[in-house]
Amino acid sequence: MSKIGAPEKLIVNGKRLDGRELKDFRPIVLESGNLKRALGSGLFNFGSTHAIAAVYGPRNLHPKWMQDPSRAVLRCTYTMAPFSTTERSRPGHSRRSTEISKVVKEALSQVIFFEEFPKAVIDIFIEIVQANASTRCAGLNAAAIALADAGIPMRDLVSCCSVGKIDGKIALDMAGLEDNFGDVDIAVATVGGTDKVVLLQLDGILSKEEFFEAIDLAVDGCAKINDMQKKVLVEKYRGEEK
Amino acid sequence: MINKNESYVRKLIEDGTREDGRGLTDFREISVKTGVIETAEGSAEVKIGNTMVLVGVKMEVKEPYPDSPNEGGFVVDAEFVPLASPDFENGPPGEEAVELARVVDRGIRESHAVDMEKLCIKEKEAAWTVHIDIHVLDHDGNLIDAASIGAMAALLDTKMPKWDADNKKIIRELKGKLPVSDKPVEITVIKIGNKLLVDPTAEEESALDARLTVATLENGELCAMQKGGDGYFTVPEIQQAVELAIDKGKELRKLL
Repeated sequence: MSKIGAPEKLIVNGKRLDGRELKDFRPIVLESGNLKRALGSGLFNFGSTHAIAAVYGPRNLHPKWMQDPSRAVLRCTYTMAPFSTTERSRPGHSRRSTEISKVVKEALSQVIFFEEFPKAVIDIFIEIVQANASTRCAGLNAAAIALADAGIPMRDLVSCCSVGKIDGKIALDMAGLEDNFGDVDIAVATVGGTDKVVLLQLDGILSKEEFFEAIDLAVDGCAKINDMQKKVLVEKYRGEEK
Repeated sequence: MINKNESYVRKLIEDGTREDGRGLTDFREISVKTGVIETAEGSAEVKIGNTMVLVGVKMEVKEPYPDSPNEGGFVVDAEFVPLASPDFENGPPGEEAVELARVVDRGIRESHAVDMEKLCIKEKEAAWTVHIDIHVLDHDGNLIDAASIGAMAALLDTKMPKWDADNKKIIRELKGKLPVSDKPVEITVIKIGNKLLVDPTAEEESALDARLTVATLENGELCAMQKGGDGYFTVPEIQQAVELAIDKGKELRKLL
């Protein structure tokens, strides 16, 4: 199937269009506490995909009927800035953003000690300011940093990355044209660098064996990101001691 | 949601049994009836146990999008109408309904079962858009699988109306089938405790830790997946769920 704007090949001489090997990430940038007003905040970039996240709460939840007397409620909002895509995307919510907000919320629910904050709400806002594929992964990574930065008690950090199939090969961290014209795109999130998968979404045709190879690559990728997230948090708070 | 029986359901599943006596990988009785709505171009009614879902297909003609001037379109919507469950309310679709519609959409779209180029009437000017509307009428669990097989059955039942290009209107003389080239089926595997099972009732769903929906093609390949729920799957559990979805998918595909 040839689509408009599709490159002839996504892998040339063993290298991807941006020069990466199959199992390379794009350059990753992460920060914690990048926003001053929010209780906790995080930034996560996969190359030119840029996400920021803020956490407010635990705070009182209104209206009252939404409260849970035994535990905190988690709300998660993923949005894309209108200027984040080459063609302006309409501001506000879409069905896509509703679905992503839901799966991200479920992924983070696994690690938070909600029972410590009855009747409260924890709000997470994820803003994609520049999009070049794997936006939900960058957003979830930023959100995990923001939760830790806010001091929300958690079992561990959630980490997320994408894998896919391009020109018949399994590769890590889908970018740009690979997302649009690759065969398969998969998002995977795990807890604390283990193989406990809390987010999994797959689009595109592949065999069972290819999928098993892809999920192993993704779990490894998530573990690497988990190390980076921990490092950035430790460094920030070590810095504040001085 | 009221989970008064959550611990009871959990206990049963952990012992490897279910309230209705089924094995963990058994479906309830399923029926798929097509051609149930005369006003729709294609339709299906799916019953899985007490769960009932109605799917209707309507065809519209629209101008193709500039980035795909020779392709038609494909839209899946889901309504959880309040008559189906005490937990459903009036108003715009909630996140569960949006997720269901998008998961069913991806299962079919990613399979390329409907060839978008064949839906083009005239490049840049007119192409068919297939609207698949999912109505949940009675909710006793496993809505994704019911909606997915219902959507496929309704597509296979869809007959093409005629397009009057001069007067720019659709003439409802139905003949010829909508071209459909594969039969993707979605199976949702539920995890409760350390057990995996399929086709949960609403009560069993209230006790679930996590779920994984896997769409498979006729040749056994995979084309879409979605994990839901607050819990996790380990990689070996995911592998087991995929194998189970492939097997069960074969079984359910026979109903199409």
